[in-house]
Amino acid sequence: MGRYLLRRLLQLVPVFIGTTFLIYWLVWAVPGDPFAGKCGERRCPDQYIAFMTEKYHLDQNVFVQYGNYMKNLLQGDFGQTFSQRDIGDIIATAYPNTLKLALVALVIEAVIGLGAGVLTGLRRNGFLDNLVLISTLFLIALPVFVVGFVLQWLLGVQWQIIKPTVSSEMRWSELIVPGFVLGSASVAYIARVARTSIAENRRADYVRTAIAKGLPMRRVVGVHLLRNSLIPVVTLLGTDLGALMGGAIVTEGIFGINGIGRAVYRAIVTKESATVVGIVVVLVLVYLVMNLVVDLLYAALDPRIRYE
Amino acid sequence: MRVSKRATSAIALSAAAALVATGCSSGDGDGDAAASKDGAITVHGVQPENPLVPSNTTETGGGKVVDWLWTGLVEYPNDGGAPRNALAESIDTKDSKVFTIKIKKGTKFHDGTEVKSKNFVDAWNWAAYSPNGAQNGSFFADIQGFDQTYTSDPDGPDGPQKAPAPKADKLSGLKVVDEQTFEVTLAAPTAVFPTKLGYSAFMPLPDVFFTQKPEEFGKKPIGNGPVKFVSWEDNVVIKLTRFDDYNLRDKMKIKDVDVKLYQDETAAYADLLANNLDFMEVVPTSALAGDKWKADLGDRGLSTVTPSTALISFPIYDKRFQNPKLRRAISLAINRQDISDKIFFGTRKPADSWANPLTPGAKPGNCTACKFDVATAKTLLAEAGGFTGEMVFYYNADSSHKGWMDAVAQQVKTNLGINARAEGVPTFAVFRQAVNAHTMKGPYRAAWQQDYPDVENWVNPLYVTGGSSNDGLYSNPEVDALAKQASSAPSLEASHEAFSKAVEKVDQDVPSIPIYFYGQQSGHSEKIKKLELNNVGEVDITSVEL
Repeated sequence: MGRYLLRRLLQLVPVFIGTTFLIYWLVWAVPGDPFAGKCGERRCPDQYIAFMTEKYHLDQNVFVQYGNYMKNLLQGDFGQTFSQRDIGDIIATAYPNTLKLALVALVIEAVIGLGAGVLTGLRRNGFLDNLVLISTLFLIALPVFVVGFVLQWLLGVQWQIIKPTVSSEMRWSELIVPGFVLGSASVAYIARVARTSIAENRRADYVRTAIAKGLPMRRVVGVHLLRNSLIPVVTLLGTDLGALMGGAIVTEGIFGINGIGRAVYRAIVTKESATVVGIVVVLVLVYLVMNLVVDLLYAALDPRIRYE
Repeated sequence: MRVSKRATSAIALSAAAALVATGCSSGDGDGDAAASKDGAITVHGVQPENPLVPSNTTETGGGKVVDWLWTGLVEYPNDGGAPRNALAESIDTKDSKVFTIKIKKGTKFHDGTEVKSKNFVDAWNWAAYSPNGAQNGSFFADIQGFDQTYTSDPDGPDGPQKAPAPKADKLSGLKVVDEQTFEVTLAAPTAVFPTKLGYSAFMPLPDVFFTQKPEEFGKKPIGNGPVKFVSWEDNVVIKLTRFDDYNLRDKMKIKDVDVKLYQDETAAYADLLANNLDFMEVVPTSALAGDKWKADLGDRGLSTVTPSTALISFPIYDKRFQNPKLRRAISLAINRQDISDKIFFGTRKPADSWANPLTPGAKPGNCTACKFDVATAKTLLAEAGGFTGEMVFYYNADSSHKGWMDAVAQQVKTNLGINARAEGVPTFAVFRQAVNAHTMKGPYRAAWQQDYPDVENWVNPLYVTGGSSNDGLYSNPEVDALAKQASSAPSLEASHEAFSKAVEKVDQDVPSIPIYFYGQQSGHSEKIKKLELNNVGEVDITSVEL
């Protein structure tokens, strides 16, 4: 177990370097001069461009720029944006917001998805099963921005139950609707995966044995069946946290949340490699760590799985 | 000029004088003084591109906040009329070359220090010193000694050579006389100089600015305007509050102003509809279709005209577009009324003059090329020898320009038989890069909002050889000579008269074609009982009553 963990952690290093360089290079290769659109319909004064080019070493080639960037990064310095804000500050304010939103989405997803999955998996082909099948299909088919705008307009503007956008305090209660929007497609997938998994294991030998032993149904389902059926669901949920954080860009835009999606979008448009990489570096770490956590959870859920 | 990246959201001025928001409970439209006194409003904003230093702010996001935080020597009245003294007690000149500027006594910066003449002189010297890289540095080009403090890179910013260090770090034309007086000597007589003084580049800076890094100052700016800075949370909110020691004309009636920084204008619009946002300058284009905004907002909506013009510029460096007859033919083939009615639902007015008619000194209806006259257009095209190949009209696709640019191309195609189409360039940055580098391969979209209200600002930057926004490289020695003569005229009246002659020459050459004058559709919450828009269409926060 310890060796396995160490090996996995060491694997993170090349993945980390590879992804950061690729992203740095990609943003660098995006066409467009960062200062071409910065002064409106008038070209920026050469003096200003020269000043900025010198300040940000933009006259160096991409490898040197990346090297400089990594050197500073390892010292904990994320650098500055072209508007001279510290990228470290942007990350420090945007990440907690997105993480909060993603966690709310994840909880909603787990509760609704798993609940619907268990119920329908146990009673297949009933009315409830069909209802869930159709409604999940509906959710999968709807793009996130449609769900987002419709809920915002209906709940925020028409009925005024919620505020249309999230305030800067980011209260948990304000995040329920955006969280649902963000997690809506995943709810459907979780429900379907859970349903199939439960339905399959329902006919497994150990379930029959448990029932034959005379265990109460609650215990059969809650302990034996659910635990064994959770592996695919946990995989989905674990990797989804990263996807939710990276994919929050649309939801954040609709509900005016100051998260990483917005920050990355701005940075790509203004060609700020340093900002994009800074944010994505942390996102890459989230993905890698979540993958590791999921793998470790397998072992906890199923004792037959062991890591050497 | 301040046109935001989106370029649709920039713009504005209410010619319709003071706009009183009606439809409120109190019949006379006046606010409740008690509610106003400690009142707070939240207005729409976008994250400023740069730290808030006036001479380094050129875009609308930061420009709006800078305008509120500072009061300049002169101010532009909300009705778009001629500028009047604000911080200046008097601006005297005999020859439009040497100006003696006296400032009012006893006004303060937000840190409590008094505004003195040296605060102006130091601020201007800082901006005009090219190694400081101020975006508005070139605004000081009129002043004597500018060529000594502001040097250019001999081979452009991309070339290997660096700009030589300036010979001087102070403008020789600026002289402090006493604490309230300073003298400005220009390189040549310039009648419009006092008008320029209300632009943000000319704001005074407190002593503390010169003791810290500009970007540090810009994160916690100290101005001298009716509101002072409280805090700025990136991408979230900029908080401002009333400056109680303010003693000039435009005092605040309410207390707090939060500028909520939105990424997405539809999110802001939803907030506006739910009364969660108190003012939005420009409702999203999507709300204009079918007059949806009118139905949504009712009497909370405002519609104004603004002193900004949308143009299509010709790349005159491209041989195919060097014949003025061809350019005129294209201009005459465009039905501007149709575009205004069908694409913009009447929210934009068809252009019929070169300078926006709301600008002092501009002559309305002086664009003879702006008529819709297919017969003449066809004759002119034939005289010009026709046009072979494809004519592509370019625009930046990250903002809503597709509709009207497609319409323009289609009209040219139908009316002149030219193989024309419109093509979007993905982002404003890529688009401007090609425009700046003079590599456009067809006519392209442009827009112009005046920096300061005078016709001069519609001629010198756009149509004079080497003008700062003469991107199409149009050059006519006659226009240059007339504009030069107009700029150095002894009085504004004489200057305006001379500029109208220059414009007549421009009208013959058609270096670009005005398409429409911008309008602005804004909205406010039920809470606001009274508000005015300033000369660029931003809300005048000192006029707001609750």
